[in-house]
Amino acid sequence: MIHARELTKRYGRATVVDGLSFEVRPGQVTGFLGPNGAGKSTTMRMALGLDRPSAGEILVDGRPCRQLKEPLRTIGALLEAKAFHSGRTARGHLRYLAQSNRIPESRVSEVLRLTGLEAVADKRAGTFSLGMGQRLGIAAALLGDPAIVLLDEPVNGLDPEGVRWIRDLMKKLAAEGRTVFVSSHLMSEMALTAEHLIVIGRGRLLADTSVTRFIEANSRTFVRIRTPEPERMRETLSRAGIPVLTGSDGALEAVGARAAVIGELVSAHGLTVHEVSTQSASLEDAFMEFTAGAVEYRASGEVPVRRQGTEGGA
Amino acid sequence: MSAAMSAAVLRSEWTKARTVRSTPWLLLATFVVTVGSNVAFAFAVRGSFDRMPPQEQRNFDPVYSGFTGLGFGQIILLAFGVLLVTGEYTSGTIRASLAAVPQRGVFYLAKWLSGTLAAFAVSAVTVFPSFFLAQSALGPHGTTITDDGVLRATVGGCLYMTLVCSFAMGVAAILRSSVSSLIIMIPLFFFVSPMLNNVSALQPVAQFLPDQAGTRMIEVVPDGESVLGPGTGLLVMLAWNAATLLGGYLVLRRRDA
Repeated sequence: MIHARELTKRYGRATVVDGLSFEVRPGQVTGFLGPNGAGKSTTMRMALGLDRPSAGEILVDGRPCRQLKEPLRTIGALLEAKAFHSGRTARGHLRYLAQSNRIPESRVSEVLRLTGLEAVADKRAGTFSLGMGQRLGIAAALLGDPAIVLLDEPVNGLDPEGVRWIRDLMKKLAAEGRTVFVSSHLMSEMALTAEHLIVIGRGRLLADTSVTRFIEANSRTFVRIRTPEPERMRETLSRAGIPVLTGSDGALEAVGARAAVIGELVSAHGLTVHEVSTQSASLEDAFMEFTAGAVEYRASGEVPVRRQGTEGGA
Repeated sequence: MSAAMSAAVLRSEWTKARTVRSTPWLLLATFVVTVGSNVAFAFAVRGSFDRMPPQEQRNFDPVYSGFTGLGFGQIILLAFGVLLVTGEYTSGTIRASLAAVPQRGVFYLAKWLSGTLAAFAVSAVTVFPSFFLAQSALGPHGTTITDDGVLRATVGGCLYMTLVCSFAMGVAAILRSSVSSLIIMIPLFFFVSPMLNNVSALQPVAQFLPDQAGTRMIEVVPDGESVLGPGTGLLVMLAWNAATLLGGYLVLRRRDA
């Protein structure tokens, strides 16, 4: 269980996390969604006790992380890739972490096996690919068999096989009754793995809801109609009580109607159509629309820009 | 935090130090460079002894002269101390480390202790052989460990080397960067401090710099210029250590990782 109360982080005059309150419950994957720069990584670092909140608090099992005696046994985290020394072996990295929390040496071999790193356990981590580095980070997160797992942008830069492995792992960890809190700037990724969503933008809470409900509320489904007689079509639809919009390419968009209903109307009124197709705005679109007001602004303060790139961001 | 837990963190810090390549290399280099340069300088002094002015011959300090090479060895041990601390920041392991040990004081103390104990062990196995080899290289001008103050000065050599490493860890914890730590400390120890100490107007201040004060510990014949002796020199060196280590702790505690 993670519990944030009025959590705030300021760097100078910039407020990166702004009065966030939420709860992350065990037994499910909770997605932490927001554009890059929304404050996700900062929130996670505060949960781990790495950064100090400017105000408010974030509790792990009811206590600030800094008060936990052997925190790896309670909370494990994968922060941004490469939190290891390039000259140290994978085993060496895990061993010193294990020793600090009095975790038995046998557990090091166990998590190496679990993450498929056995073969490279005694190779220097500097030689690792991005995917192997992520696996090592996850091995470290699982070292203390923690009830709470934090993963910051875990699929960034991974190949499809690695992405799938992480998705399955997260679901498995949640099914074991653990609290799994995973950040991402990709809505589509969250739709595949998370059951619950906490959405933030510019440090503020935008939504705290189930994934299903978020998608229902934010994705727009419509039927696209191409016809040589748009005026008659529009009139027919309006009389049937179906709202009509004109798309950017001139096609009509019947909102909230099923294609079958449109087809029957077309036939009953003898209309000519070239296309009748169901369209749903992608989840990415829904997310972009939802967070549109909450993306970072350029220094000029005029042009809103979404920050590009795959980096986790601060 | 129980004693067993603190011991676990110390063990973890030692594993951390042991599992990077720089550690064995730097510690080995400390030994080789220190012993080698001590012996080489001792031979050189022996060769030029008869050409020294009588005044200098009368005040000749065989122990201090035999430990000239500590000035080189200390730089390597200093780099060891710096890398032990800054390696956490350059590699990003500091976040993994502090997520595992969020009690900053315990973390810092364990890191300092693992580095300082390693430095002390290496200093001991370096300084004592250095003494015997350098004294035999000095030949007729050498001394023996049983002479007045000689054992004290040799132990002082071990302490001096150890305290240089510890001081370096404090500076590195304040600066969090190997480049700036080394850029400040290497010239300080190599040129700036000896230079300032040779300018008579600055000597009253320069004698309190860490290396100038610390090397009073390895003298048998007093330097004559410094107001510090072996005991007071050690105290000044300890004060420098306390100041930088405390500064490093405050930085670690206050700043985000």
